[in-house]
Amino acid sequence: MALVDRIGAALDRTPGGIILTSVDAVVDWARGRSLWSMPMGTACCAMELIAASFAKFDFDRLGTFPRPDPRHTDVMVVAGTITRKMAPAVKRLYEQMPDPKWVIAMGNCAVSGGIFFYDSYSVVRGVDEFLPVDVYITGCPPRPESLQDAVLQLRELIATESIAPGVRRQRELLLPTSGDLSFGQRPGVVDEGESG
Amino acid sequence: MNIDELREHLCKEHPDLCPLFSIEFGDGVLLVDRGRLFDAAADLKELGFDRLGMVTAVDRDEEFELVYRLTSRAMSCGMFLKCRVPRENPRGRSLVPLWPAALWQEREVYDLFGIEFEGHPDLRRILLPEDWDGHPLRKDYADDRMIRRPDYI
Repeated sequence: MALVDRIGAALDRTPGGIILTSVDAVVDWARGRSLWSMPMGTACCAMELIAASFAKFDFDRLGTFPRPDPRHTDVMVVAGTITRKMAPAVKRLYEQMPDPKWVIAMGNCAVSGGIFFYDSYSVVRGVDEFLPVDVYITGCPPRPESLQDAVLQLRELIATESIAPGVRRQRELLLPTSGDLSFGQRPGVVDEGESG
Repeated sequence: MNIDELREHLCKEHPDLCPLFSIEFGDGVLLVDRGRLFDAAADLKELGFDRLGMVTAVDRDEEFELVYRLTSRAMSCGMFLKCRVPRENPRGRSLVPLWPAALWQEREVYDLFGIEFEGHPDLRRILLPEDWDGHPLRKDYADDRMIRRPDYI
């Protein structure tokens, strides 16, 4: 019942052809909830990645399950420092993953090079120099909760995708954007002048 | 044998090595010149330093300092065997005939510092790609892709 309700809710919100959006809703629902991960652990962030898979954080309940074979996976989690010698291997593993595929850059090294940004002869400054990164997580290393949040954010991103080429659907955002708020006013703050 | 007994023994058996020997943080340090390196290492192996734990180097501007870390299962002390080689002609003497553990370690020092080891059976790069230019742990190393740390950090 829950699935039917959710598809119905999705149909109510989304404009466009009714058949396409229904199929999109099912496909995005399925893709977003079975994100098998390619654990590209090259440095200390991999420890947090491993911890995220085990009992205490239990990524399996989000549908995220590490597979050591790129051909079985949907999302590559780049956890750790990528050196210039390692980068071609990472790119090749990414190319072996079947479409659709996503990339999470986990940790400061994968985001920007981190502490190896300056004076380093061998470190790639961010994995986005050669991979299309969808979600960035900062931290040195990030906690497993951050990775969990990244998976949920990626799920939000996938929910905007359509099987029609070049089409991207609108999503309601949980947080207000800058256009929703007038400058200088924050919601929930009571003006003291009016209370007297 | 502890470190003081080692010093006494060394001064008795090899009086010429005695002034080169010092004790720092409980470990012996022996600084020899390039020609004496292999013989001194062989003597230390005779004394019972049967394990080569580490080979590394230090860039001291005018010259490089090779550092060999020796430990022993029989004795309670460790040793640093050091050797200075000039920067213009950085050639050391390979200790592979004494400790095969030096095989990859000396390749790493060759890779990152450019110090060549005479007598090494397979001296080529181990960490960096084969076609790399230069030796990046030298202090004067620079390439186009490096970003220098600014002064205010």
